[in-house]
Formats: sequence, structure tokens, C-alpha cells
Amino acid sequence: MEIIETVFVRNNLIVAFAVVGATIWISYLLADRLTSGRIHGSAIAIALGLLAAYLGGVATGGNTGVADLALLGGIGLMGGGMMRDFAIVATAFGVHLSELKKAGVAGVVSIFAGVIVSFVVGGAVAVLFGYTDAAAITTIGAGAVTYIVGPVTGEAIGASDAVVTLSVAAGLVKSILVMIGTPLVARFIGLDNPQSAMVFGGLMGTTSGVAAGLAATDPKLVPYGAMTATFYTGVGCLLGPSVLYFLVSTMFN
Amino acid sequence: MIVYGVALLSVCLILGMLAGESLGALLGVNANVGGVGIAMLFLVFASNSQSFKALTQDSAATGIKFWSAMYIPIVVAMAARQNVAAAVDGGLLALLAGVAAVLVSFALVPVLSRLGKEPAALERERSG
Repeated sequence: MEIIETVFVRNNLIVAFAVVGATIWISYLLADRLTSGRIHGSAIAIALGLLAAYLGGVATGGNTGVADLALLGGIGLMGGGMMRDFAIVATAFGVHLSELKKAGVAGVVSIFAGVIVSFVVGGAVAVLFGYTDAAAITTIGAGAVTYIVGPVTGEAIGASDAVVTLSVAAGLVKSILVMIGTPLVARFIGLDNPQSAMVFGGLMGTTSGVAAGLAATDPKLVPYGAMTATFYTGVGCLLGPSVLYFLVSTMFN
Repeated sequence: MIVYGVALLSVCLILGMLAGESLGALLGVNANVGGVGIAMLFLVFASNSQSFKALTQDSAATGIKFWSAMYIPIVVAMAARQNVAAAVDGGLLALLAGVAAVLVSFALVPVLSRLGKEPAALERERSG
């Protein structure tokens, strides 16, 4: 037992490659056999990943899902921000500039529209739940933007810890729902070409959600969605503690 | 050489991240503004340009394509390290706020996608 643990922990990234590879193999098998290809194999793999993350989180009480289990620590490195961003940039190889230009304006508009819409919806839910102080409403609204914008905004405007935690949870729900929901709704929202993928990335904005959601829908769309999504959190951090907080303060004080 | 492609990819990411951090500092935001997106633009420019041919063709290209193909496995690992337990623990408010934000944003995709189309294409769509 001890020998296994030593080897697994010492080679954790390699273990992660093997485990993820096996997960994807099983997922494609399931997609083929059980759904006869209707649900994409990568969608099942991502769902299995999320399920494992939940179980890992419950078992360890940590906050990086299955990566908190010592034997699977390498998943944390493999799925961390550094590798994710490296692979996302690589998907841009072979993208044509003309495709990007076509959706340029719509892409930029969608980033601002996406931040504002998510903020308003999140803030409205906070009000529905009886919050009346501007800092709390703003922070929960910012959490509905992304789970990074929530705490950044909350800390800047002095929201309570409990509210900041809620905002992170709201952002996580959003990110996970985008991962699972995108392949299911893709057909109904016309998500089948580079231009709508750029708009989609700008509107959703959660880099993880968009990255996984598009991967499970059509990997060819990934670079376009990721391109706009990566600006979203920055724009959210810019607007949240400033303009949006100011607007909320004029309505609630 | 495969490593040339990998190196080009790495340089694009680092330059993009530096640009994103600088943009964040310039705007007074404690976040990286579009670093990955800018890095992607660098790679698109490099792969569409004649001067970087040695870094983007033949075996150098396989160095980039490998990482592009590793994208889905990396995303699966990313899903497995999300704080799903915290999202579940967030209660009804967090759930509603997240779900409502996603549904409204989904609904806006077709609306804003029309912005990207030329008027002629829209006209064709309406009549056809």
C-alpha cells in the first residue's frame, strides 16, 4: 500500500494522464453504447469529472475537488489554470483572422452585455431573497458574473464574508451549468458557427464553463468562444466595484 | 523540430499574459484582462504570417497540434478539480442566481449573433 502511494504521489501528473485517459475511454464507450452517439463522449467525461469533483470535495472538505485526494493530486496540475490556458491558446492554431473580424463588434458588445445581464439577474435574485444593502446586492450580482468577479468586488466594497461566499457559490453554479447545459441547448440557440461561438463566449464569460461547454458541443468552436470569454472576467472586475456598485447604491441605501 | 512549435506557443502565452496583466494594472483592476485572448491573437497572427513559417509548419506544427488535441483531456481534469461541493452547499440563493444568469445569457446568444451578420445575409435569412 505504502509503495503504491509513494509511486502515485511522486508521479502524480503522470497518474493524472492515465486516469483522465481511462475516464475519456469509458465516456466514449458509454456515449456509443448507451446513447448511440447522441450525447458527445466528452460531455459525459466532463460530467463524470464534475461528479468525481463533488465526491472528492465531500470526502476531503477541500476546495479543488478530486485533486485534494493525495493519490489524484496530479489532476490539480493537469486541470489547473496554467495547462488550461496553454491548451486553449493552442486551439487558436489554424484559426483565420477573417472569421474573427466578422464577429468583432458583436463579440465586444456581447462581453459588456453578458457582464451587465448576469449582474442584474444575480442582483435581482439577491433582492428577492430580502437583501437590501447595496454592498450585498452588488457582490451577489457580481458572483453571478463569475466566481472571480464576486470576491474581487465584495472585497473592494466591503461586503461581509458570508455574502462573498454566496457570490462564489453563485459563480460556481453558473460555471458548472454552462459546462453541462451548453451541448443541450446549442441547437436551439444557433451555436454552430464561429460568430455565434464568439458571442456565446462573451455572454457566458466563465472561462471554465465556456471551455468545457464548447468542447462538449463542437471542439472546432472552442477558440472562438474562448477568445471573447477571457476578456469577460477582466471587464467584470472593472465594472463591478465601480459603475455597477454606484448604480446599485443609488437604488438601495 | 517539434519543440519550435511548443516554444512559439509558450512565448505567445507569456506575451499575452504580460499584456493582460499590464492592461489590468492600467485599468486599475486586480485581474488579468484578456491575457489568453491576446495570446490567441498572437498565435493566429504567427500562423497566418510568412515570417514565422519555420515555427508553424511541418514538425513544428505537430508541437502545437499536440497541445490543441490535449485540450479536451485537460478540460476533463479541470472539471474534476472544480469546487462542486461548495456550489451545492451555496443553497437556494446561489443556485437561483447562477441558473437565472445562465438561462438569460443563453437566450441572448441568438439575439446578439445577429449583430455579427451583414445586412445582406440577414435579408436572405428573412426571405429564405
